[in-house]
Amino acid sequence: MTDTTANATHFEAHDAHDAHHHDAEHVPGFFVRWFMSTNHKDIGTLYLIFAIIAGIIGGSISGLMRTELAQPHIQYLQQWAGAGATMDEATHLWNVLITAHGLIMVFFMVMPAMIGGFGNWFVPLMIGAPDLAFPRMNNISFWLLVPAFLLLLGSTLVPGGTGNGAGTGWTVYAPLSTSGSTGPAVDMAIFALHLAGASSILGAINFITTIFNMRAPGMTLHKMPLFVWSVLVTAFLLLLALPVLAGAITMLLTDRNFGTHVYDASGGGDPILYQHLFWFFGHPEVYIMILPGFGMISQVVATFSRKPVFGYLGMAYAMVAIGVIGFVVWAHHMFTVGLDVNTKMYFTAATMVIAVPTGIKIFSWIATMWGGSLTFETPMLWALGFIFMFTVGGVTGVVLANGGVDNNLHDTYYVVAHFHYVLSLGAVFSLFAGWYYWLPKMSGKMYNELLGKAHFWLFFIGVNVLFFPMHFLGMDGMQRRVPDYADAFAYWNHIATIGFMMMAAGMVFFFVNIIYTLAAGRKVGNNPWGEGATTLEWTLSSPPPFHQFSTLPRID
Amino acid sequence: MAGAKNHPYHLVEPSPWPLIGAFSALFLFGGLVMWMHSVSGGPYVMGIGIIGVIGTMFSWWSQVIREAHGGDHTPVVQLHLRYGMILFIASEVMFFVAWFWAFFDASLFPAAVDSIGGVWPPKGMQVLDPFGFPLLNTLILLCSGTTVTWAHHALIHNDRKGLIIGLWLTILLGLTFSSIQGWEYWHAPFAFKQNVYTSTFFMATGFHGAHVIIGTIFLTVCLIRAYKGDFTPRQHFGFEAAAWYWHFVDVVWLFLFICIYVWGGWGATYAG
Repeated sequence: MTDTTANATHFEAHDAHDAHHHDAEHVPGFFVRWFMSTNHKDIGTLYLIFAIIAGIIGGSISGLMRTELAQPHIQYLQQWAGAGATMDEATHLWNVLITAHGLIMVFFMVMPAMIGGFGNWFVPLMIGAPDLAFPRMNNISFWLLVPAFLLLLGSTLVPGGTGNGAGTGWTVYAPLSTSGSTGPAVDMAIFALHLAGASSILGAINFITTIFNMRAPGMTLHKMPLFVWSVLVTAFLLLLALPVLAGAITMLLTDRNFGTHVYDASGGGDPILYQHLFWFFGHPEVYIMILPGFGMISQVVATFSRKPVFGYLGMAYAMVAIGVIGFVVWAHHMFTVGLDVNTKMYFTAATMVIAVPTGIKIFSWIATMWGGSLTFETPMLWALGFIFMFTVGGVTGVVLANGGVDNNLHDTYYVVAHFHYVLSLGAVFSLFAGWYYWLPKMSGKMYNELLGKAHFWLFFIGVNVLFFPMHFLGMDGMQRRVPDYADAFAYWNHIATIGFMMMAAGMVFFFVNIIYTLAAGRKVGNNPWGEGATTLEWTLSSPPPFHQFSTLPRID
Repeated sequence: MAGAKNHPYHLVEPSPWPLIGAFSALFLFGGLVMWMHSVSGGPYVMGIGIIGVIGTMFSWWSQVIREAHGGDHTPVVQLHLRYGMILFIASEVMFFVAWFWAFFDASLFPAAVDSIGGVWPPKGMQVLDPFGFPLLNTLILLCSGTTVTWAHHALIHNDRKGLIIGLWLTILLGLTFSSIQGWEYWHAPFAFKQNVYTSTFFMATGFHGAHVIIGTIFLTVCLIRAYKGDFTPRQHFGFEAAAWYWHFVDVVWLFLFICIYVWGGWGATYAG
């Protein structure tokens, strides 16, 4: 918690500075440092680089999708699918694009950036620990992502269904993923998920052990910064949800290759079972993508309001409540599969309950700002954008939570709008908030405010122009996952594509700003943000020494 | 002296094994995809992967043991290892939730499913008699739970001979269990590819069997270490982890026995 750690601020600083000079001698050579690392900050940096690369690929794919969708009818897909491609191959390519976009953004961009990148970098710093509990296992958590990503990218080069690549959607529903796609592409995608899942489970074990056992003397759980709380809850969700996905996709694999009938109705199996198993993982998964964001937003809002977070304990336990309830709402993703009315009633009610802890968080962020001495540096802009946009996404979530309403809206662009408001404008905004907030700490240099603000405003306007019209399209019945649409939907689709271009223009400023910061950024001291930044990472030099807290800080 | 370690944590030296292990996994799964789709060379690629993964596990965990002997495993680091193992077992429990979920999804609501005759087990199927070999296997695993506890108590009382005897008995009981499972699979009155009953049966019990074999290997490593003089009455987490894992495997079997063998076969004719 921000205010309670303030006392540790003073005495650790000079100590860490000395340690910097001493430990600098022990920094290993290039190959050992980056390929055999056991250092949480270096591994965090690797994760962030990986996430940026995956984000470029996943974002480029959405560019292809918006290009095709800019006008009605199939415009480019046949061309992209190769010379002489049939319409079946063209529409399969569309399926491959949406599948790759979803899987890359979820498993290879948001998760690695939040938990692997910022979690690795800042959990040990914020709890006053020298590293994670299992530094070597931390490294295999990162390196498993690379083969996973290679398998997923490689799957686009081998046959899937009616063309190359896995065109199953990120949910990999049977029977499209079993009897519907016989080529090796789907097997490669499944193994990519196995490896990414193993990576996340090992990471979760590492973070839970670290947070429970390596807090600095005096830092009780109830004094822990909210970002650390958020990673703790997220790690439990990963630990308990991912093995179920592993089981589910293993059964896909045996149905596909070894003749089992788990999801195959002709042998007494049940394709709906796959959906249950997938969403038992999948719903916690969407909280895995947003909870660390909640944590980061809490740190940023408190810093730039120069006030401790309002209702600290409520904020911490709201995340715990979201995590727990997140395990018992999964079938709201399946309202149209033929669930009976009582089941739908339960899942509708349980889903709406989540609005309560989420509301606690939104109102507490607002209350944190209330009466604070606010300044609007780039991280704060992203945080405000997050609060505003995530609320919009949350409200459409309450609409979709109704089993009856969902009969109309299921698989329409309304759903696409909803989950992009909570992810693209929620999770991603929190990532950028964390990026600008912590970049000076990680690099030792200050980013350029003007470029940062240009990035924010272009991105903010761009994604709203991109995704807000999708609410209208969905209400009017435009189907998701289909590359063609009726002429009546042309106007808002065109607007959405313009929004994409604005967003992409904003990203140019992001990359220019990285180059600017690393090449010419102003050097910063321990704490560039002033009195509002009270967590332990701001007591260290920027960048922190290779091994920090050789003498553990004491929190009173 | 600034920079000197004034804390009880273990900052591990850089290691090549995470990188090697991860890319071995790529070969393993890449080769498996090739093999499943009859691409020539698949088994070889997979073989390289398996060798790499096993080599990684051997080297990595050997190093952990060396570090323990070197005094890196302070009380708090031992606590980390305990947390790590408990959390790993928790994730394994959730892995088995998936198999039980698949089994109950099929077995609780068979009425609407024509392809299995609307009953569970599917119409006309002969199943294994739960009170034959499966009951024997239950007793074997329960018995092995007591022998591993015997070994543990012997270790705590610095009785190395008792430790070795207890471990030998546990490993032999584990091997007996696996052999009986193998025999039953071989002589089962139904085939792997037959229907959803056989799919869930073989997948759930098969993954359990794989875990029994892993647990047996884990205990065998402990036996070798016991012969080499490893473990002290105060510090023997490697043994405890193996024992915890063994108990976990035992408990999963009890659920498999009750749910799949006894309840899941109720009302069908037993083979033999």
